[in-house]
Amino acid sequence: MTVEHQDIRTLRTKRTWSQDAWRAVKAAPTSAKFGMVVIVFYMFCAVFAPWIAPYSQSDTAGKAIQPATWEHWFGTDQIGRDILSRVIYGARNTIGIALLTVIISFLIGGVLGIYAAVTRGWMDQIVSRFVDIIMSIPVLISALMLLTMFGKDNPYPAVMGKFPLNMILILAVLDSTRVFRLARNTALSVAVQDFVEAARLRGEGMWWIVTREVVPNIMPPLIAEFGLRFCFVFLTIAALSFLGVGIQPPTADWGSMVAEGKTLIQFGKIQPLIPAAAIALLTVAVNFVVDWFLHISSGLRDEK
Amino acid sequence: MKSEDKRVKGSTLVEIKGLKIEGFSDDRWHQIIKGMDLTLKRGEVLGLIGESGAGKSTLGLACMGYTKPGCRISAGSVNFDGIDLVNASEEERRTLFGSRIAYVAQSAAAGFNPAHRLMDQVVESAVNHQVMERSAAETDARELFKRLQLPNPETIGSRFPHQVSGGQLQRAMTAMAMSCRPDLIVFDEPTTALDVTTQVEVLASMRRIVEEFNTAAIYITHDLAVVAQMAHRIMVLRYGNLVEESDTRSMLKQPTQDYTKSLWAVRSLQKPESPNGDIVLDIANVDAAYSSVMKVLENVTVKVPRGRTVAVVGESGSGKSTLARAITGLLPVQKGRISFNGKALPPRLQDRNQDTLRRIQMIYQSADTALNPRQKVRDIIGRPLEFYLGVKGDEKERRVIKLLEDIELSEDFIDRYPNEMSGGQKQRISIARALAADPEVIISDEVTSALDQIVQEEILKLLMKLQKDKNLTYLFITHDIATVRAISDEIVVMYKGKVVQQGLKSQVLSPPYPPYTELLLSSVPEMDPDWLTNLLKKREVA
Repeated sequence: MTVEHQDIRTLRTKRTWSQDAWRAVKAAPTSAKFGMVVIVFYMFCAVFAPWIAPYSQSDTAGKAIQPATWEHWFGTDQIGRDILSRVIYGARNTIGIALLTVIISFLIGGVLGIYAAVTRGWMDQIVSRFVDIIMSIPVLISALMLLTMFGKDNPYPAVMGKFPLNMILILAVLDSTRVFRLARNTALSVAVQDFVEAARLRGEGMWWIVTREVVPNIMPPLIAEFGLRFCFVFLTIAALSFLGVGIQPPTADWGSMVAEGKTLIQFGKIQPLIPAAAIALLTVAVNFVVDWFLHISSGLRDEK
Repeated sequence: MKSEDKRVKGSTLVEIKGLKIEGFSDDRWHQIIKGMDLTLKRGEVLGLIGESGAGKSTLGLACMGYTKPGCRISAGSVNFDGIDLVNASEEERRTLFGSRIAYVAQSAAAGFNPAHRLMDQVVESAVNHQVMERSAAETDARELFKRLQLPNPETIGSRFPHQVSGGQLQRAMTAMAMSCRPDLIVFDEPTTALDVTTQVEVLASMRRIVEEFNTAAIYITHDLAVVAQMAHRIMVLRYGNLVEESDTRSMLKQPTQDYTKSLWAVRSLQKPESPNGDIVLDIANVDAAYSSVMKVLENVTVKVPRGRTVAVVGESGSGKSTLARAITGLLPVQKGRISFNGKALPPRLQDRNQDTLRRIQMIYQSADTALNPRQKVRDIIGRPLEFYLGVKGDEKERRVIKLLEDIELSEDFIDRYPNEMSGGQKQRISIARALAADPEVIISDEVTSALDQIVQEEILKLLMKLQKDKNLTYLFITHDIATVRAISDEIVVMYKGKVVQQGLKSQVLSPPYPPYTELLLSSVPEMDPDWLTNLLKKREVA
């Protein structure tokens, strides 16, 4: 009978990581599968925008404000640009910028958070209080203020053109406060465990403790947070564009597309709803996937 | 609502027939209980014994018609006083729970809501089931507190769970279970988390109250000596099967099955003490504290001879673990000095060099938290080899396999993660990690207390073998006197941060005892069904 117990355990060990991942994906609920399909589709659009979009994002390809026709599947906007093409290009701009912002914010917030959790002491106190101060002001207000002070583009227009580096950095810094909190709290709960103490007793340095003992154990919540923050960031960008300080025309961006077409709603036109739907769909999709990922990685089981 | 007439001793209360329970894991259903029969009469206490995974908790819960999430009853019947619990509706069962069937869990601290006062929680089920009015229930609860010998029974109900001790909380939990005068109480390891000195009081209170109200009880534990005090009848379980069943006295006297005998024979391990004058670790007049207000260690002096086992015993809060933290440098001592091999150890961990760190290793109580869940055994054991001894590549792999052999595990464990091993195997890996550093002194903090008796025995045997092979010195922190008896050469008794006594095993374990040592030793349950009764009589006289 002991044999039976051991059998189960050895069975478990023989799968490789990728097999495990594939099994998990196959066993995922429909909502998560739907989310993954949507995300993959968006990524595809973002990467191959110039090849799949029927028109350029800035060309006035037809008459203004046309309903859907065979030439323009989603119709045209107020100056006659093809909305389908702009939505596809918008995926590229919005998602690209959001992704970059989130990566930077995770670098800042994650590193500081884990460092604060492992060392504690005055460093932790200073950074934590500073984060509290930033978080006490709504992101949109701070962002508007900072964007007005620094402008949204970049200090080297000769090299980067109209690349919105400042906006990315500002949003990344503001967003990193949330990441900091999460990274610090999760790392704190890992840092008090016996295996971290054992590493300290062994005489291990900070680098080893952080990269080998702490980080692997806080990856699941951080990855889940990455997905969520990604949503929040592109919603913020959309909001900023809507207010007119985000991405500027003629660059296609979902937020500014909604902003530009907003008056059309009064005339019963659906144009502004299309980019809005694109935003909503991606948000829902990412949330489905994150939900599922958190669920499996936290070891929670469905009750019955 | 009280139906005193129904509590006739002798009639059957619970009857389980051909019960099979399955649990879902690794994408399939495994049998946890493989066809079990059980009958329980009114007023009878039935002990369920077995190692973890034997199915004793599952069976105990099944008596309530309940299965844990992820489990299901696949066959058989559970009959509680004429009610078919397997097919009963959720609604029907809910009216039974709390009012006629109660459950006392292992950890009372986790069972109580920290945000509410004890009284509110104790009377809750009586009030909700409309057995009593709130005021009557409170009067009754105070009466129960008194009977359970809680201090200040009139006022203790107004305290919050964190304001009373673990033993008191466990008794309050029993009061909660008793509030509706249930027909059946299921006790699931209620004293496992308590100190021996507290355990005695809780056991005595529980036994008395169950007898007074003629309540039937199921007492689940892995501690034979405890169950011998509590139960009229014992069922021994293993792998979801019944091994043996009989009344307590005949079970203790003549177990028939080999497995039961092996349970009884546990603690057969005996190491003769041997004194040694060569002191490897000398702790002299040490004070230590976490804050400036209260000293956790006060003037502690302990000498640890080379190649021997010094057991540090005491209840929780006595400063045993703090002593370990002071030696390792995690908590720098405030006064006094610790010498290692004749040289003073720097108090702070940061000031010690790598070689000193290597020579003093530590093994933790819970291997679950002591092993990084994201590292494979190869990395867990391999790291000290690499870090201290600079061993790399194939040589490291070879040494890891050698260490696995030392701890009696096969080499295919090298690719496992901690969650792919059993509790005993994980503790072996912890030991191997300490061994990898080739240490002189190993501090082991309650290393066996989270393990089953049989696994404990194996781990202790392993530690003894390693001591002999490698001339290791152990500082063995534990609250388990039986373990101390088995393996130590010298014993240090600690109480409230002070050393009460240090000496050779034979000296400390034979009279005359200092008062605290006597209390501690006399509180260790013995394999004698009359032990508790006799002890209580003796203490009353004294």
